[in-house]
Amino acid sequence: MAYEGDEILEEVTRKEYEFGWITDIESDKAPPGLSEEIIRFISAKKNEPLWMLEWRLDAYRQWTEMKEPNWAHVDYQKPDYQSISYYSAPKQKKQLDSLDEVDPELRRTMDRLGISTEEQKRLSGVAVDFVMDSVSVATSFKEKLGELGIIFCSMSEAIQSHPELVKKYLGSVVPKNDNFFAALNSAVFTDGSFCYIPKGVRCPMELSTYFRINEAGTGQFERTLVVADKGSYCSYLEGCTAPQRDENQLHAAVVELIALDDAEIKYSTVQNWYPGDENGKGGVFNFVTKRGLCEKNAKISWTQVETGSAITWKYPSCILKGDNSVGEFYSVAVTNNRQQADTGTKMIHIGKNTHSTIISKGISAGKSQNSYRGLVQINKTAQNARNFSQCDSLLMTDRCGAHTFPYIEIKNSTAKVEHEATTSKIGEDQIFYCLQRGLDEEKAISLIVNGYAKEVLNKLPMEFAVEAQKLLAISLEGSVG
Amino acid sequence: MLKIKNLHASVEGNEILRGLNLEVKPGEVHAIMGPNGSGKSTLASVLAGNEDYEVTEGAVDFEGKDLLDLGTEDRAREGLFLAFQYPVEIPGVSNINFLRAALNEIRKYHGEEPYSASEFLKRVKEKSALVELDGKLANRSVNEGFSGGEKKRNEIFQMAMLEPKLAILDETDSGLDIDALKVVAQGVNAMRSPNRSFVVITHYQRLLDYIVPDVVHVLYKGRIVKSGPKELALELEAKGYDWIKEEVTA
Ligand SMILES: Nc1ncnc2c1ncn2[C@@H]1O[C@H](COP(=O)(O)OP(=O)(O)OP(=O)(O)O)[C@@H](O)[C@H]1O
Ligand SMILES: [Mg+2]
Repeated sequence: MAYEGDEILEEVTRKEYEFGWITDIESDKAPPGLSEEIIRFISAKKNEPLWMLEWRLDAYRQWTEMKEPNWAHVDYQKPDYQSISYYSAPKQKKQLDSLDEVDPELRRTMDRLGISTEEQKRLSGVAVDFVMDSVSVATSFKEKLGELGIIFCSMSEAIQSHPELVKKYLGSVVPKNDNFFAALNSAVFTDGSFCYIPKGVRCPMELSTYFRINEAGTGQFERTLVVADKGSYCSYLEGCTAPQRDENQLHAAVVELIALDDAEIKYSTVQNWYPGDENGKGGVFNFVTKRGLCEKNAKISWTQVETGSAITWKYPSCILKGDNSVGEFYSVAVTNNRQQADTGTKMIHIGKNTHSTIISKGISAGKSQNSYRGLVQINKTAQNARNFSQCDSLLMTDRCGAHTFPYIEIKNSTAKVEHEATTSKIGEDQIFYCLQRGLDEEKAISLIVNGYAKEVLNKLPMEFAVEAQKLLAISLEGSVG
Repeated sequence: MLKIKNLHASVEGNEILRGLNLEVKPGEVHAIMGPNGSGKSTLASVLAGNEDYEVTEGAVDFEGKDLLDLGTEDRAREGLFLAFQYPVEIPGVSNINFLRAALNEIRKYHGEEPYSASEFLKRVKEKSALVELDGKLANRSVNEGFSGGEKKRNEIFQMAMLEPKLAILDETDSGLDIDALKVVAQGVNAMRSPNRSFVVITHYQRLLDYIVPDVVHVLYKGRIVKSGPKELALELEAKGYDWIKEEVTA
């Protein structure tokens, strides 16, 4: 049957009506499946204005015409998008005024993530916006930020209270139809973070959000939008961890950064989604679209430490539109067991004298596959553009794979592009040297790997760097062979 | 301190050590000489616990413990130190952090508290002065981009920091200029004590002018074939190894 797909969709939609759940606005969870009705449900749940609903529906219609990409160097069972539930609210209902009111269960989770909030507040002055499943449950330091005119809130809240900013910038860097996963996200995102730094303001603290997946079978579709107005600065930290799950969990986030003239955004990520077991069973599929736009003299730095997920598909990118703008990408990606990562960056040079730097450190262990995929594009208008790329791969075993796919497109002859790549196997002689000095094998590997990744780890804010070092060590436990 | 009995070891099926016997008493300095490929570094590797080498026979007693029964890191923690003939580079790991991790690991093994940052730094200062190690080298990545001589000096610095009971120096003198040689020897001599022993592997009698050994051994084809007082080194220097080889085959 030629229109089999449509019929199924129709049937699913009809069923939804049959069960009459759509009117049940009190429901905490949407039934599995994706349709216009589900999107209306999400939008209604979130009490969104009409323009937002229409934006979502437009994205959804475009998504239905798109195909899931095949070109990444990864191999997986494509998710069944009709078996995912696209909305789930945490059990807790009450509006919270302070972190102390947070459900003890959630607090325990935060502790396990190593982020005791009190400690965070006291020691580092980090404002934590904690996202449990799809709804933000705790926001702190808001007042302090408010004094500076900084807006840091959940995306849902931003849609309500700052619609003009959201309308202006949402989808301006990652269009709704940018790619399959971005379109899906645009249609169904339930929450995320919004951040606006006013003109000339230097955000005095690290802005931080912790995400995690809570319920089995719940997809996560975060939407993050960071706007740094002219001459402003902010550093944003994003950290993820997910508890063990048997089913694959889809994570398709979109992050958009906008750095207006003379602004700077540092965006750091430590990603530790559940990678699946030794045989690759379970684990999170992490299909993320991250992109930043630099206006004149602006700078965007992406720093990422990727240790988790069964599959990672992620290319934080910079569009260097303004003259003299700067894009940076620092990445450590670890894969172990059956993990697959296809990650890298795109540096699109449009303005004059634009500079970009790419430092990518891949670490593969077990039977994993780790690919770097990067594009450096120098457009005709980009007089005197510069790029330096360095892509190193470290192999922990003979059974893993490291691949490098650098794409370079140059349309301006004044461009200067340098690319360096190395692949090496972790030295048994290095490990022996460490052991001979009294270190055990785990410590030895952790030292060697952290040394290898140091250039990138050094770019992370202090408290994150420590956490990242631990993560690297943990994710490579017993991995040499 | 160290008692090696009838040690046999092979690598990739080739027997390199073929019934080696050696006893080192506390406080003694033993020099091991011998032609290239005779098995000197192999002996050092086997004692340190390198798994590339398979021990097929024999026993090694270290301070009353069965050395061969211990893992590499535990041998180190028990006080065995090897100054490598070819020290490896560990990019991105600062010498200081490396040593701090090692030292604290060893202290933990002995039930001692880790050093505080200030205690540790005091020790670094003291010991790097001892071997006249450039302060900058202490902060650089382990051996990365060090010259040959600097690497050797760094090995001795590490030895001074870790204060082992038994130190095996594998050709620490090769690649050192005359001044550096004296400095390294001074470092070793300063560490000599009644309960610390040294096994010094070298090709040159010159080192032994500075580090005066109690015994000199000749290792040939995986066995100690001759032992004698420090004058033996002078004799070897003058006559080479042929006469010893002849004695062995005779
Ligand atoms: N890992 C290895 N694989 C194969 N052969 C080895 C290995 N290690 C040592 N050998 C061999 O064992 C023999 C002894 O080597 P060893 O390094 O112990 O000699 P040495 O006495 O230290 O020599 P030199 O004076 O040149 O340093 C040599 O023939 C060497 O080729
Ligand atoms: Mg040797």
